[in-house]
Amino acid sequence: MRDAGPAVRLAFRGSLTAAAALGMAFGVALPTTPCRAVSSGERHALWLGPDEWLLVGPNGDSAALAATLAGAVGTLPHSLVDVSHRSATLRLGGSGVMDILNAGCALDLDPAAFPVGMCARTLLGKAEIVLWRLAPLSFHLEASRSYVPYVIAFLRTAEVAYDRA
Amino acid sequence: MSGPFRTPSGGRIDRAAPLSFTFDGARYVGVAGDTLASALLANGVHLVGRSIKYHRPRGILSAGAEEPNALVTVIRDGGRVTPNLRATQIELYDGLVTVSQNRWPSLHHDVGAIAGCFSPLFPAGFYYKTFMGPRWLGSNWAWTRVYEPLIRRAAGLGRAPTSPDPDHYASRYAHCDVLVVGSGPAGLCAALAAAQAGGRVILCDEQSEMGGSLLSETTAIVDGKSALDWIADKIDLLSSQDRVTLLPRTQAFGYFHDNFIALAERVTDHLANPDPASPRERLWQVFAKQVVLATGAIERPLMFPDNDRPGIMLAGAAHTYLERYGAKPGHRAALVGSHDTIYRAALALARQDVVIAGIFDNRSHPDSDLIPLAREAGITVTTGATIIGTSGRLRLSKVRLGVLSDDGSARDAGDLACDHLLMSGGWTPSVHLFSQSRGKLAWHPDKQAFLPARSHARVWSAGTCAGDNELSEVIENGFAAGENAARAAGLMARPRVAVAVENAQTLNGGSLGELPHPNRHSRKMAFVDFQNDVTSEDLKLAVREGFQSIEHVKRYTTTGMATDQGKTSNMNALGIMSSQLNIPLPDVGLTTFRAPYTPVTFGTLAAHSRGDLFDPIRRTPIDSWAQDNGAVFEDAGPWKRARYFPKAGEDMHAAVRRECRIVRSAVGVLDASTFGKIEVVGPDASEFLKRLYVNDFRNLEIGQCRYGVLLNEAGFVIDDGVIGRLAESTFHVTTTTGGAARVLHLMEDYLQTEFPDLACWLTSTTEHWAVIAVQGPKSRDALAPLVEGIDLGKASFPHMSLAEGKVAGVPARVFRVSFTGELGFEVNVPADYGRSVWELIWQEVCLYDGCAYGTEAMHVLRAEKGFVIVGQETDGTVTVGDLGFGWAVGKQKQDFVGKRSLSRSDMIKADRHQLVGLQTVDPKIVLEEGAQITIESSSTAGAAALGHVTSSYWSDALGRSIALALVSGGRKRRGERLHVPMPGGAIEVVVTAPVFYDPKGERLGG
Repeated sequence: MRDAGPAVRLAFRGSLTAAAALGMAFGVALPTTPCRAVSSGERHALWLGPDEWLLVGPNGDSAALAATLAGAVGTLPHSLVDVSHRSATLRLGGSGVMDILNAGCALDLDPAAFPVGMCARTLLGKAEIVLWRLAPLSFHLEASRSYVPYVIAFLRTAEVAYDRA
Repeated sequence: MSGPFRTPSGGRIDRAAPLSFTFDGARYVGVAGDTLASALLANGVHLVGRSIKYHRPRGILSAGAEEPNALVTVIRDGGRVTPNLRATQIELYDGLVTVSQNRWPSLHHDVGAIAGCFSPLFPAGFYYKTFMGPRWLGSNWAWTRVYEPLIRRAAGLGRAPTSPDPDHYASRYAHCDVLVVGSGPAGLCAALAAAQAGGRVILCDEQSEMGGSLLSETTAIVDGKSALDWIADKIDLLSSQDRVTLLPRTQAFGYFHDNFIALAERVTDHLANPDPASPRERLWQVFAKQVVLATGAIERPLMFPDNDRPGIMLAGAAHTYLERYGAKPGHRAALVGSHDTIYRAALALARQDVVIAGIFDNRSHPDSDLIPLAREAGITVTTGATIIGTSGRLRLSKVRLGVLSDDGSARDAGDLACDHLLMSGGWTPSVHLFSQSRGKLAWHPDKQAFLPARSHARVWSAGTCAGDNELSEVIENGFAAGENAARAAGLMARPRVAVAVENAQTLNGGSLGELPHPNRHSRKMAFVDFQNDVTSEDLKLAVREGFQSIEHVKRYTTTGMATDQGKTSNMNALGIMSSQLNIPLPDVGLTTFRAPYTPVTFGTLAAHSRGDLFDPIRRTPIDSWAQDNGAVFEDAGPWKRARYFPKAGEDMHAAVRRECRIVRSAVGVLDASTFGKIEVVGPDASEFLKRLYVNDFRNLEIGQCRYGVLLNEAGFVIDDGVIGRLAESTFHVTTTTGGAARVLHLMEDYLQTEFPDLACWLTSTTEHWAVIAVQGPKSRDALAPLVEGIDLGKASFPHMSLAEGKVAGVPARVFRVSFTGELGFEVNVPADYGRSVWELIWQEVCLYDGCAYGTEAMHVLRAEKGFVIVGQETDGTVTVGDLGFGWAVGKQKQDFVGKRSLSRSDMIKADRHQLVGLQTVDPKIVLEEGAQITIESSSTAGAAALGHVTSSYWSDALGRSIALALVSGGRKRRGERLHVPMPGGAIEVVVTAPVFYDPKGERLGG
């Protein structure tokens, strides 16, 4: 488990047309399949709802990126809000990662049910998280910043209990 | 040798691995593979407990989870004391320390047994009848002073541990195609079938070893192998598949909606020296596409007088102890019953040189292949026979035989000496989980059992729990259930190879209800429910007193209400009810099966959620500064907020007085990051806010803020906050700290369900921004040097303005708002910069001798101004009118959430509780928040209060106490004297306007 460090995060909400226009400017076509994340280089777009995406980019000038994207969407109704500081990202990996997450996350993390590239807004214990599978044994986990200590403590506790007889 | 009653060979125990343990201080030796019950039996110990009501000596009745008698306490160390564990489920480890319960001073000499002499005082429903008077002592006197304390002392089994549980517990969510509950022959085959179809399979069993009834099967040959070898093969096959999870020691205890099943795994209780890092137990919450229940059946005791002496055991249990654990129940056995299980047990015991004093079959013409075998073995078999009584104080010494006549009566046939009596009234299919899954049961007269009929959930039943009897049938139906479940889960079942079963014994028979005995009116007790000490007489009395519904009888007599939930007793109780009411048994009905199947520890249910993980603790980006600077914190929902910053020698009151004084005279800074923030964006954002809040927002200019009040549909205030317009279609909405998530969800709900026509979206920004409130007459001077791009001037940036710019070089949103009544600003900066910007502002604040203040000073300052806190001045029954906020309601608005309710007659009554100020006549007295308010100084009992105190503080600015209150018709009472009754006498108060300080608001404009 490691902290992935600061990043630019934008919450985008709007119609599919607006999403298409934004995707062109962002360089990542926003996924229209539910619960899927699409990446291009260090830019990622996560589907969180029928009109809601989380855009993640490398740490930098979030206001400038937001302005560029808003310009591309133009007059199409939408909402683009800078939430770069709202959450923190943990990268989780290892052979026990699924079982440890399943200590507090009720989702089916079997690769057939939650394949690489899938993302979901869900719960870990009592904390809301966004979970995204990067590789068979690697996850990107976003949690609101004040919940991060809880999430880390929960995962550490679950790790200790993991698979001991 | 691990006990004089140990067989020389056979069973699932390791005679070469002795384990030492104690029971009530006496040291015994058992072996690996033993349970506490089997080890005690191997040592000849039958007396293991006292019954709850009559303190009767009790022995081990069963060999499984259904055990009602043998409840003991396991003591590992100081904090690890677990009462009420079933000895039949406690796995032996070296050094195991156990003690019996419900006896004093000792198990052999128990003073409480005197209760048995007074048993006529404790008939069914005795607690409704006995403890009622005498009335001349006054109503309830005897109950509260005498009876209840006595009963409380006597009630309950075992002692709860006194220190915190030092163990930890784990949890795991799991998904599978097929969950199989029970690993007997049916469950094993179901798991095999599902696994062969490629499914994700979880197989759980409450026992330490998989195999169920086959673990004590010694005669049957399955696929040319002994049953034990066949199990071993199949378990090997299952464990070699990585999509199969095998969970021994795991009780499926609850079957909930949509195939969500809870399992409790005992991880370390069987270990002598568990790894401290290991969880003691693990809660599994399983989402199963399909479930196969192979939960087996539970043997029924027989009801005859004194059927509860130590040494009286279920015949199937004795067979299990003998064949699986190598433990003999005694030297000389008598067997009685209406089921062929007694023959199988007798034959097995005879093979181990136990003398069989006789088999007494209740049936007049039993028909079993085993009867000739028994007779060949030299065993006397008497049919049409019964037991009508037993003797032996702490252990059975003899039984009294009876001869059954055709008319259903019994005739005394003399005594028979024996040291144990094995009984079988037949087997009750375990339909608990099926019933919990809302499946319908049907009565099968041929099998005298309730069996699964119509499933509600995606569940299949197989084996003896579904009424299967012969082993070949059990195996066949187990496979079929596994295949059906796999297919229903969308998998392809593979063709199966037939399993050949040879030499399996077929056992039939069974009866329900009480056995006849001649001494009908004797005081001898025939127990139905062993754990709750309910006798057949209790049930009959209940019926005589007019109870007809089994649900009523259950509660009146407490039958089936112990922690075993009547696993061994419910069907017999129904049998008695049926014969007493003279109606068919299925017409009596069946009580509800409830989770948990067996008791589950609180630790398992809590799992990781204890200590700091009980609930998330949320801290702001500036929290670390507050900690570094000695803040005392308070909880605000899940948040920790700095309450005050005491200097050396200051208590809370002194610190708060100083903080208030400095904010009013100079400048103070407050961490306001916890307030909820929602970005409302879209061309229809103003329309949306108009529809939601009582205020109008369409005419709010860009760069302006407005105080907004949110109602629920009933018209009551549920939240408030400042709303600022950043752009034509962008609003920055703030909510209360506690309301943040609720308001966001409410807004999203309205957008999706009521106003889907609006182009408007919501984004939570609560945690994106750190918020620093800078308040006080010097706040502009302190803040201005750090601000770029915003002119904070009086005219260019008036009260309720908003602008974006930079503060300390960081992009910021600056609001000119005040929750103190002073000139004030709130600076929003991205959270990562929160602490650094705070420190820079702090440096400036210090130049003006300012201070950091906490929530306590914030509360005092706002109360001096009469600013309400939603949740303190409001409680879900308060309207805008009650608060005196009529001015906030947009008069031009056709509608907003809650508007319609505001004109309901009750909402405009003149005597509604309205917000007022209170000043104590003695200015030094600070009222208690929550105190009631009355007209008279000494109200008559029962008189209604006029209202209550909502906020109360010492005000340094005013040099006196102040309070806010909700008072009936309060606004018209200004100037009236009212009273606040307190234990030390009523406090006289004067009703005032709810604004105490700077009522004209001149300081805001500074």
